[in-house]
Amino acid sequence: MAKLPTPAELIQINYQMPSKGWMDLKAELRPGYYVNAAAPKWMEMINYPFPRSWNVADEDWQLPDDWKERVLQGMEDRLQRFRSLKLFFDICVRCGACADKCHFFLGTGDPKNMPVLRAELLRSVYRRYFKTAGKLLGELAGARDLTEDVIKEWFYYLYQCTICRRCSVFCPYGIDMAEMTILGRELLASVGINIDWALASVAQCYDKGSHIGATPQAFKDMVDFLAEENERITGITTPCPVNKKGAEILFVVPSGDYFADPGSYTFMGYLLLFKYLDLDFTMSTYAAEGGNFGWFVSHEMGKRLNAKIYEEAKRLKVKWILGGECGHMWRVCNQYMPTWWGPIDFLEEPVSPITGTKFENATVHKMVHISEFTADLFKHGKLKVDPQRNAHIKLTFHDSCNTSRGMGIFEEPRYIINQVLPEGHFFEMPPNTIREKTFCCGSSSGINANENMDIRMLGGLPRANAVKYVHEKYGVNHLGCICALDRATLPTLMQYWVPEMEITGITELVANALVFDDEIERTTDLRDRPLAGFEEAAEEEGAE
Amino acid sequence: MDFFKRHFLVPLIAVAGLIAIAYLGVAANLQFVFGVVIPYLAVLIFFEGLIFRAISWARSPVPFKIPSTCAQVKSLPWIKRGLGDKLDNPESRWWAVGRMVLEIFAFRSLFRNTRTTLLRDQEKPEDSRLVHWSYKWLWLGALAFHYAFLIVILRHIRFFTQPVPHWVTALAEVDGFVQFYIPTVYLTGVLMVVALLYLLARRIYTPNLRYISLAADYFPLLLIISIGLTGILMRYFYKVDIAAVKQLAIGLATLKPVVPAGIGAIFYVHLFLVCVLFAYFPFSKLMHAPGVFFSPTRNLPGDNRWNLHVNPWNYPVKFHDYMHQEDEYREAMIEAGIPVEKEK
Repeated sequence: MAKLPTPAELIQINYQMPSKGWMDLKAELRPGYYVNAAAPKWMEMINYPFPRSWNVADEDWQLPDDWKERVLQGMEDRLQRFRSLKLFFDICVRCGACADKCHFFLGTGDPKNMPVLRAELLRSVYRRYFKTAGKLLGELAGARDLTEDVIKEWFYYLYQCTICRRCSVFCPYGIDMAEMTILGRELLASVGINIDWALASVAQCYDKGSHIGATPQAFKDMVDFLAEENERITGITTPCPVNKKGAEILFVVPSGDYFADPGSYTFMGYLLLFKYLDLDFTMSTYAAEGGNFGWFVSHEMGKRLNAKIYEEAKRLKVKWILGGECGHMWRVCNQYMPTWWGPIDFLEEPVSPITGTKFENATVHKMVHISEFTADLFKHGKLKVDPQRNAHIKLTFHDSCNTSRGMGIFEEPRYIINQVLPEGHFFEMPPNTIREKTFCCGSSSGINANENMDIRMLGGLPRANAVKYVHEKYGVNHLGCICALDRATLPTLMQYWVPEMEITGITELVANALVFDDEIERTTDLRDRPLAGFEEAAEEEGAE
Repeated sequence: MDFFKRHFLVPLIAVAGLIAIAYLGVAANLQFVFGVVIPYLAVLIFFEGLIFRAISWARSPVPFKIPSTCAQVKSLPWIKRGLGDKLDNPESRWWAVGRMVLEIFAFRSLFRNTRTTLLRDQEKPEDSRLVHWSYKWLWLGALAFHYAFLIVILRHIRFFTQPVPHWVTALAEVDGFVQFYIPTVYLTGVLMVVALLYLLARRIYTPNLRYISLAADYFPLLLIISIGLTGILMRYFYKVDIAAVKQLAIGLATLKPVVPAGIGAIFYVHLFLVCVLFAYFPFSKLMHAPGVFFSPTRNLPGDNRWNLHVNPWNYPVKFHDYMHQEDEYREAMIEAGIPVEKEK
């Protein structure tokens, strides 16, 4: 692994355009900027074509003999199946509005990271083989031959896109790079080009149930451990039913929430909240993954992984599904899930058993977001909280790209935050960096590996930079989010650019503040950090 | 010759060549070809091309409902959504229509435009700051050009109608309200050319725009600028016999073409460039105009969770069912106290 440069070195970004035209400029595949090639074993597990051992740095990628026909055939096929692709190939006017909207362009200054040019990498091939002008005029019509170098370039730049859709918000025609990136990745996969980090997660999830590859018993161990942690800190027993038939609600979370800090604190928060409500829920060892790395590599793989959620809801005979804090899980669930499997007549229209609220916006989908669920509880005064227990936290909120631009959840988490934090402890980042204009963590869409740290830190720079601003101006020390990939990747990003920043899920803050009748005296939060007013006690204890 | 020069100079030469062709044609007394045949052909290609392309788009289905949600989604009833929210994240087909109206008549998305710059800190580079500010010039330039062009086109209706509809006359009167020259100067004609020159200049002088621009970007700009300039020259400087022009236009419109004598060559240049624009339109990026209506990130409501969207080519996929997991881990699951379907 290449050594990661210091922030002072990495931020020397060169925004000057190269003197050579982009078609003549062969992509230089720089270590630290790409994820390793997928190991054959993962590809075999999910029946992906052309499994083989190869390296991105190799000159020869060992493509199948007919790779070119396969890619072009794949493109034609997708042009016929996706109006989006055909349209987005045809109508771009290259106005450049998207250029400086991409976090990867802002981070690298690489012209091929301007969404418009990233799209041209694909479009130029489309024009060459599917358009008369391109066939006749070649380069002058913006067309170029499909060569192995072009394939390498696609690989390099399509995996420097996190499908975040920020560009599509600003595009006057709504051209969505994310759509082209996914379809482009499908083309690459069709000739055996995949990244290891994403495919390992996909294969594990496909085979065992979650991206982390936990067996059912390991899953149970993990959730039980977190329940015990809750008991140790709060004195409250928070059982987590698993595979319980006939429960009212199936609860689905991304595996990141029970696998590692700081997501695990969010998970502890879920359990405390459900205990507080005496909610009749169950988790599942089979639908143990809400996240969906499959969708990062193809629509079909997304569907193959997503199948488990409704399947399990049916088998366990629950009434409806509650989904945890996760970004791309919710984008997939919102944009694709009902269309893949609908109509969903084996579930009931979701009604909160606590408040009686009918979730009118989930009548077809039958799945409710934890933020909607919790916001509704607060609105009905069902939760007794002591915001002072979060007094050690000064928070800013990171809108995750997927829930923002692929769904539109903005108000619920903010409403909850204002219920559980003391007044004056919540600060927004600058307006052009939040809500629908939010910046991606820079590591989503399956590229949160270890070997591509340079690009992750650069892609995350715009986010980190806005966090740094509120950190310095208001003393913000926590970055809140409703996304497990954020909780997995932002700590690394913050460690690099804004070292004093902690990452927290929103339900963790809820649980910190939640007052149970029979709890033990709380002197720490769920992370064993002393609450405001108990710092000395903690120090004494530490001294002993 | 580098990429930029090729992609800029070729369209420039092409437009100059087109002008020359029209001049030579008139000199060779081909008025009927340039005044009747080519216009009819151009209009035919325009409509056929447009329909062909629209059908080609329409034939590809929209498998998923993927609007870019640019505001709070409809959720709990007490979560307030203003008019702006409903338009930026439409909850129903009608609100999506509203979103499209705003997109088409006000360029809503372009209005959001920002610019980002890295303010470098020389002492401590890691403290360099990215600053994002609102940037409306592109929006303004684009809006100015499109509206000016639209009004210019509408004004031209007076050539094709007899009597001229009242609203066309009224439009022309408003357009020419600043009377400082004779004949009356239509502001939109000037505005259109100025806006086009801005759009051209930004393409040439903004480094990253220049880097991405293709011949297909310069050609329509240069073409429409030439159309505008020949129109302005004809109206204010090298005047042509307007009565004869109208006779020709009405002849075309009523499918009884006549070619009156004595129309200046500049008119035929103007007309020929317009014909080229018509014929070029369906094969170019200018198709963004009809294309935006088809855009699935803009024309669909964000109502997936309460309104089922059907994918016509949805197909079953291979996945492991629950029993696959239980069969593999049954003993361990029983030992861990996890309920199972089959005890053995």
